Amino acid sequence: MNGSRLMGIGTYRPARLVTNDDLAKRVATSDEWVRSRTGIATRRIADTDETIVAMGSMAAEKALAAAGIDAAELDIVLLATCTNPSQIPGSGPQIAHRLGAVRAGALDINAGCAGFSYALSMASDMVRVGSARHVLVVAAERLSDYTDWDDRSTCILLADGAGAAVVGPAPTTEIGPAVWGHDGGKAGAIRVPGYGDNLFRMEGQTVFRWAITLTPTVRRACELAGVAPAELAGVIPHQANLRIIDALVTGIGATNAVVARDVVESGNTSAASIPLAFSRILDGGQLRPGDPVLLFGFGAGLTYCGQVVRCP
Amino acid sequence: MSQSDILEGLAAILEEVAGVDPADVTADKTFIDDLDVDSLSMVEVVVAAEEKFDVKIPDEDVKSLKTVGDAVSYIQRAGVAA
Repeated sequence: MNGSRLMGIGTYRPARLVTNDDLAKRVATSDEWVRSRTGIATRRIADTDETIVAMGSMAAEKALAAAGIDAAELDIVLLATCTNPSQIPGSGPQIAHRLGAVRAGALDINAGCAGFSYALSMASDMVRVGSARHVLVVAAERLSDYTDWDDRSTCILLADGAGAAVVGPAPTTEIGPAVWGHDGGKAGAIRVPGYGDNLFRMEGQTVFRWAITLTPTVRRACELAGVAPAELAGVIPHQANLRIIDALVTGIGATNAVVARDVVESGNTSAASIPLAFSRILDGGQLRPGDPVLLFGFGAGLTYCGQVVRCP
Repeated sequence: MSQSDILEGLAAILEEVAGVDPADVTADKTFIDDLDVDSLSMVEVVVAAEEKFDVKIPDEDVKSLKTVGDAVSYIQRAGVAA
């Protein structure tokens, strides 16, 4: 069997920056309250032309450039998103079309905020068994389309953006085994009801409690990869809330890792948050190629997936 | 486990999770108003208390735990039941 590796990462951040003070003009909140409960200071909100397809394609072009391959070399495009403008059509094929991925398969995956980690795991497995040589994983979200701007408990969290990664063959497997699972019994804790009600709702405390008790699972991802938590060079959890991130990092004992805190500047971008946060750390020069980094996505479903990967 | 042991254990959790001075933790204090523990810290306190005292405190019961004394009694009863 082949190995697989991350070849390159790219991102797209919408131009418009929205501060907590901006939100406080519409709902009863304050910069101090939002920062202390969530860590979030600013977030990016997409304009009408910054669609899932547009943002996803731009992030993908950067990932392809970083990987040094052409779109025509892609065998499949996996788009992780839970905020398509409608159920039909999916956006993955449109991204593949826009990129010129002429011989690639293309589809969408909805695993909420865990979508990137799930898609990355599938991409790695495809490369390893040989059903694909190069896989493009895109995560693109417009949570602002589903935001209730009068709900102060959720509008402070949600944001937009896109990230992408190219997965290709390698002598050894640099994308570690995935740990995954679900608590579908708590499906209602994060939801857009649908059938005419298209606004995001969340039972914040239920989700917070679920997330901070996932630490044994996160440790298991390290165990499967043969990397002790203290050996991790980086930890990139889904960027939902700084307090969840801190609780998870402390809980697993990742004492020497650079911890992604992109949520402070970017808010919660669902599936896009892990590649966005990963890219920010790589751009900051805080990790070297080959460094072990833990990724862990969790959210709507409820569902989660994580793995230890080697830096591109 | 005695009430004073549980109180002491809760004080240690509150100090670690929310930076509350253990000397301030007495049975009559409310978590939110007196000890300034916000709703997310309260969730962390509950999760830590479940582990420390080997009890289950479901979400729907957390709302009824207004004071430290409420929590001590709840944990003592839950511990006996388990």
